[in-house]
Amino acid sequence: MSEQAIPQRMPRHLLSMADLDATAIRTILDTATQMHDVQKREVKKIPTLRGRTIINLFFEDSTRTRSSFEIAGKWMSADTINITGKGSSASKGESLRDTVRTIDAMGVDALVIRHGASGACHQVAGWVDAHVINAGDGTHEHPTQALLDAYTMERRLGSLEGKHVAIVGDLTHSRVVRSNLISLRRLGADVTLVAPPTLMPSGIQTWAERDGFALSHDLDGVLQGGGSGRPIDALMMLRVQKERMSGGYFPTPREYTVGYGLTRDRLARLTDQNPEIVICHPGPMNRGLEISADAADAAQSLVLDQVSAGVAVRMSVLYHLLAGEESATNVGATNEGSAA
Amino acid sequence: MCPDAAVPPHSQKSQSSSSETDPAHDGRTVLGAADISRALRRIAHEIVEANKGADNLVLVGIPSRGVPLARRLAATIAEFEGRDIPVGALDITMYRDDLRHQPTRAPMPTDIPESGVDGKVVVLVDDVLYSGRTVRAALDALADHGRPAAVRLAVLVDRGHRELPIRADHVGKNLPTAQSEKVRVRLAETDDVDSVTITGGDR
Repeated sequence: MSEQAIPQRMPRHLLSMADLDATAIRTILDTATQMHDVQKREVKKIPTLRGRTIINLFFEDSTRTRSSFEIAGKWMSADTINITGKGSSASKGESLRDTVRTIDAMGVDALVIRHGASGACHQVAGWVDAHVINAGDGTHEHPTQALLDAYTMERRLGSLEGKHVAIVGDLTHSRVVRSNLISLRRLGADVTLVAPPTLMPSGIQTWAERDGFALSHDLDGVLQGGGSGRPIDALMMLRVQKERMSGGYFPTPREYTVGYGLTRDRLARLTDQNPEIVICHPGPMNRGLEISADAADAAQSLVLDQVSAGVAVRMSVLYHLLAGEESATNVGATNEGSAA
Repeated sequence: MCPDAAVPPHSQKSQSSSSETDPAHDGRTVLGAADISRALRRIAHEIVEANKGADNLVLVGIPSRGVPLARRLAATIAEFEGRDIPVGALDITMYRDDLRHQPTRAPMPTDIPESGVDGKVVVLVDDVLYSGRTVRAALDALADHGRPAAVRLAVLVDRGHRELPIRADHVGKNLPTAQSEKVRVRLAETDDVDSVTITGGDR
């Protein structure tokens, strides 16, 4: 048995994975393990956030993120309220600043925000007294997704230190990949990003050199341990984000699938090589495009585990951001420098 | 974790005492390994006696040091009753009443035995009884796992200064202390040695 962990100073807001150092990530994942047990209880309720109010403010569509934040808050006895862009005064032309300041003026404790503009959460954090949690901002970041991905992979693979994770797909439009890169590197995993040249964000080579991850355009090569020459332990398929694409990224969906989809053939080769491999997808899946139905439902697929972990990880985040003492100096990892 | 021991009132189990291990300031030893062992043997017998046998008993330790104590008690009871007693752990972090007064910390594992707690006689086990706030939180946490037939409390040290109407059923040692003093329990499982020491105070 170990000593009780030393209290971990958490940042006031969770805007980017960069707000959390390796210790903070560890603390959140360890706490999520204990929170996961609440899910198995007959009475799914703990009193930790009694009397707190959490607003889920979603300007973009979401199933799992919004419902899991809501469930996480409710299981911890907080009052949670959902506001969607479509049904709010935003559709009457109210600015984001006015909307969040209006809600903040009601005395809420936390704003969980999803917005189509990269950096929206960062801006909101400067306007309100409430804690701000980024639930996905444009193509920038989605920190709680990266936390639940790490949590899910660790449950199956053990420590991610030295493990090799390949992330495949639409890197340009993916906020999931940005958050995952930060968390996976901080947890000691090796990362290889795979995408067609048109879906690699510009400037990624510089980033890859700085943070030490690999890039490839050749999925089959990476799956066979090419590139860095190391077999992969986890494969993360990203969604092709049709809603953010204005054409010209790849000729036809069929061609994308042939080059970069996790098809039945690729799945068979992969699991022959390493039956222990795990497959993640942040959802929602385009079955038949980036992932075949066989892969999505394979024994190696963690897709539903990811959803289940989502609630536990978000409980952990809400606990660490909201439950502790309030103080102006309560900043361990700062919120500075998370790109606006 | 370490006790209600070294904390000002209003905080349960809040200090992390690992940084206070400076042997030069080890304080006064009030219980040695043999004393602790004798006290636990007596408590084990008391538990069975009060329960009129080992039927229906479940021992639940409060992390961190209540858990090894619960295991030792269960092993002792198993020795003279010739049967296994279910042992568990109950973390109270999420039920504390002082969460807002300190930085958050990661909870320790909660592990309720297969048999559950419904209809059982649950003996909560902790190292030090001080303000009573930890036990209050533990009672709330336990209620979320079921409805025991009865809940009892066994502690290695009762140092007084209760802030709530709570008392222990089984006490290893009553230790009159000043609030300015710190009581530190060390167990072989967590600290490589069995001892109870008092430090601080105006002496």
